[in-house]
Amino acid sequence: MARTTKPSPLRVLIAKPGLDGHDRGAKVVARALRDAGFEVIYAGLRQTPEEIVRAALEEDVDLIGLSILSGAHMALFPKVLALLKKERASSIPVFAGGIIPDEDARRLKKAGIRAIFGPGTSLEEIVTTAQRLARSAA
Amino acid sequence: MTRARPLPPAARAIVSGDRRALARVISQVENREPSAASVARALYPRTGKKPVIGVTGPLGVGKSSVINRLVARLRDLDRTVGVVAVDPSSPYSGGSVLGDRIRFERRVDDAGVFFRSMASRGEVGGIAAATREVTRLLDAAGFDVILVETVGSGQVDLAVRDVATTSVVVLVPHLGDEVQTLKAGLFEIADVFCVNKADLPGADVARRDLAELVGLGGARSGWRPRIVATSTTQPSGIEELWSAIEAHEEFLDRTGARRADERRRVSAEIVELVRERVGRELTRRLEREPELRRWVDRAVERTLDPHTVADRLARALGSR
Repeated sequence: MARTTKPSPLRVLIAKPGLDGHDRGAKVVARALRDAGFEVIYAGLRQTPEEIVRAALEEDVDLIGLSILSGAHMALFPKVLALLKKERASSIPVFAGGIIPDEDARRLKKAGIRAIFGPGTSLEEIVTTAQRLARSAA
Repeated sequence: MTRARPLPPAARAIVSGDRRALARVISQVENREPSAASVARALYPRTGKKPVIGVTGPLGVGKSSVINRLVARLRDLDRTVGVVAVDPSSPYSGGSVLGDRIRFERRVDDAGVFFRSMASRGEVGGIAAATREVTRLLDAAGFDVILVETVGSGQVDLAVRDVATTSVVVLVPHLGDEVQTLKAGLFEIADVFCVNKADLPGADVARRDLAELVGLGGARSGWRPRIVATSTTQPSGIEELWSAIEAHEEFLDRTGARRADERRRVSAEIVELVRERVGRELTRRLEREPELRRWVDRAVERTLDPHTVADRLARALGSR
């Protein structure tokens, strides 16, 4: 079965926890990751932390990207990390994007979110970081 | 025999219901890792008894939504379900956006469902090269019913019939006049037609055209395709859809067609595997062996023709 010399595509789950309906940013990032060769599993809006973790495990992703604009990140992100830990899947890196104040971002990074992108971040930076994080896990 | 041998650990984990192990081995199969081949081999004798329902049809007809409703129906009937949903890979970057999960709703703690998205990775025909192997893993993992959603299909994307025991072709009203239904291809592989978005005007016409087509008599094995109208927004017709699928599965058992179909599928798979292997070997030798290189050069220079070179190569490879 072994044949390809090309590396296998990296898989990333892009999900929006929380109740806001603003998924433009998540879609733009999904598309940029697709163009960089990722297989992007797009889970869509209003995903609970439980749904996100279940999808990540079923899809066997190398990376999880969370997008949020509702302000509930301090409740929802740590919940995702805790559930991953409970499933012994903490090796899957999690990055995030959205409106996240600096102080919150510092605390979330300490809690284990590997990268946080605010408004105005270039897609190039997001893609490069995503590649680095996913490869470290894959 | 394979069955008597103890299973490798990953295979044992899959059989015992470990979903993480299942998810990991699916990735390994997709990535053609050698470790996955031994797991697939060990599990093969345990597979082939489950209904594999292929859901295909053009872009945007509602395949994902139909599957979502079918899964809910099956869970009501207390049947467990494994789903593989295939979306296209980009021919440019190799990447893809797999969006079939968006339509998928279920209780998050329901262990009776497993959903996996899959990129086509360069394969045409509507499914990925690894799809068949993944349906077998889901089979070995114990799911009662396996659902395969193809890439939005064109008229000749028919590979679903190489994996499915029952093929459901999903259509919507106003896809074209009744001549479309006479054409070869997609309309020929349907065991069940699902006219989705049946709440839209024109559904009756679509049904009637299909009924006429079906009434003309099928070429295939005495099964007359069923036609079911469904809607997924205010769900209707989903019970009838499942009944039609089950009727086809019962037909397969009653008539012995299941074994004949499976024989056709397995035989095609073996041919495909040999073709792949021989092709690889041939490509390698054509690059390396001076004499074979010369034959190709001569075909380029028009002093030999490709058919003659092919005859010689076939002899050189020891076949005729």
